[in-house]
Amino acid sequence: MGSGAEQLPEIIVLGPPAVFEIYDEQFSSRFRILRPWESEEPLPHFLASRAHTTLAALCSGGYPLSAAVLANLPSLRLVVTTSAGLDHIDLTECRRRGIAVAYAGNFFSADVADLAVGLLVDVLRKMTAGNRFVKNGLWPHKPHFPLGFKLGGKRVGIVGLGSIGLEVAKRLEAFGCAISYHSRKEKPFVSYTSYPDIHELASNCDVLVLCCSLTEQTHQMVNREVMLALGKDGVIVNISRGAVIDEKELVSCLLQGEIAGAGLDVFEHEPRPSPELYQLDNVVLSPHTAVLTEESMEGLYQLICGNLDAFFTDKPLLSQVPDE
Amino acid sequence: MDAIGVLMLCPMNNYLEQELDKRFNLFRYWTQPNQTEFLAQHADSIRAVVGNSTAGASADLIDALPKLEIVSNFSVGLDKIDLTRCKEKGVRVTNTPDVLTDDVADLAIGLMLAVLRRICQCDKYVRSGAWKLGDFRLTTKFSGKRVGIIGLGRIGLAVAERAEAFDCPVSYYSRSKKADTNYTYYGSVAELASNSDVLVVACALTPETTHVVNREVLDALGPKGVLINIGRGPHVDEAELVSALVEGRLGGAGLDVFEKEPQVPEELFGLENVVLLPHVASGTEETRIAMADLVLGNLEAHFSSKALLTPVV
Repeated sequence: MGSGAEQLPEIIVLGPPAVFEIYDEQFSSRFRILRPWESEEPLPHFLASRAHTTLAALCSGGYPLSAAVLANLPSLRLVVTTSAGLDHIDLTECRRRGIAVAYAGNFFSADVADLAVGLLVDVLRKMTAGNRFVKNGLWPHKPHFPLGFKLGGKRVGIVGLGSIGLEVAKRLEAFGCAISYHSRKEKPFVSYTSYPDIHELASNCDVLVLCCSLTEQTHQMVNREVMLALGKDGVIVNISRGAVIDEKELVSCLLQGEIAGAGLDVFEHEPRPSPELYQLDNVVLSPHTAVLTEESMEGLYQLICGNLDAFFTDKPLLSQVPDE
Repeated sequence: MDAIGVLMLCPMNNYLEQELDKRFNLFRYWTQPNQTEFLAQHADSIRAVVGNSTAGASADLIDALPKLEIVSNFSVGLDKIDLTRCKEKGVRVTNTPDVLTDDVADLAIGLMLAVLRRICQCDKYVRSGAWKLGDFRLTTKFSGKRVGIIGLGRIGLAVAERAEAFDCPVSYYSRSKKADTNYTYYGSVAELASNSDVLVVACALTPETTHVVNREVLDALGPKGVLINIGRGPHVDEAELVSALVEGRLGGAGLDVFEKEPQVPEELFGLENVVLLPHVASGTEETRIAMADLVLGNLEAHFSSKALLTPVV
């Protein structure tokens, strides 16, 4: 690296996130990058010796930015996470230390909503199962593939009516679904029916789409009771966080026919979904890819650079996490 | 009415079959070991034919049934029925419009999502146990993509409404421009394809629309374009489609129908950017019952000299 690199603002990258891997060269031409994953030093040593004066960190959505890690970044003033979710960051500690946090905000909402709808159509209409059936050469021998279920008229309950939940609702309305929701706060400007708790929502719906953030309150919120309330024809779509569902109970309910199917992009212990799911035809599984489109990654790169540039020139961040 | 002979051409729905059996004198064409002999013996008592998208009332069959009064089809498509012969002989024809419109449109959008977001491929990847953190492949965003619809009838319009909810600009080709829509009209399918990211076949199959998606159209759609066929197999030049996909000249395809169902070109089986379904666009429990009820309703109306519910001829 030439002397030019010394003048670039320094950031530490934790993860590394997918967007960094894709845009590595571009990031490196704008910032001096600390790369702990390339070092053999254990993280605390690396941070203590190299990141003592680092002002900004770029971290992935899965990276646990705990108080312990933050303690080794004494000069940190900014965390930019590439995710919309914040459950991996100790926000209390950030607030205490005066560290600003920027995130992806509503940026991915369309892509995530698209996947939620795709998973739901797939489960109800057996697209992945049908594709397997044809590509395994079975159609000529078995002329009648099992019937699916109509989307129109289904009562869809959205858990968490934030940006993603609203985009899901807008799409599913066009398919003729009846939308209701359960959210921390009732939304005064929407015409959808609100239920005060998830159990009541499930009792009045055929489909649950989980669009909420992962917090202490939402941890394993979808438990056996909720699934039984949803009923034997019920379908669950999860594009939020795996831990919102009690995955062991989900597996039991699916195996016992207490619910009819599930479309899952997230799991309690990624990348290891419960293996019983692999045997089921009425589930569609996805490896936490809801935001991984070319368009989103390109836009995310721009957003991250915009936030970092703003920070290093003392301007307001583009997508700062709002105070609750 | 159980003296009235009804000929069902192939197995299509258990509920429909049972009800036909209850209400009429049902003949199951597919169980006859010698169909010529069967017709010779029973032709005179057959006054109705029930067909579907697989097996229809051809000119030969119509000619072999001198007492035929009505063909009540378990499908909305009429391409397997010789409509000219029916008109000539005064045979009524009914189909099953409207009840399946939503399901077909739902599946068209489902296929777009499945192809662009690689949903089926992702499922295969996870089930294989190969998922490793940090291992990722980018897919293509669907929202905002330009959707071009061939045929803006009931199904085409329903596809358009759903696409709008994804902020997709919608354009179409039709025999003539529609006065009451705001969607962009193109006067040729090739022009429509040039201006679309996703091209959907949603028109009726006629001699004019056979191979409406040909090499020129596939070239216009291009290496990032996606073809969705929820019409009929013969709408698309299948051989050209296969080579375009295999050679990477077309970005992807979601196909519910094929030229010679249930045969599907095996070259497509290994392609990640292709989703194949066994002609299931109207295949939901709810809709098949509604379709069956329409078939039964049309037959009952005809044989009670009442107005047909959904006549075509």
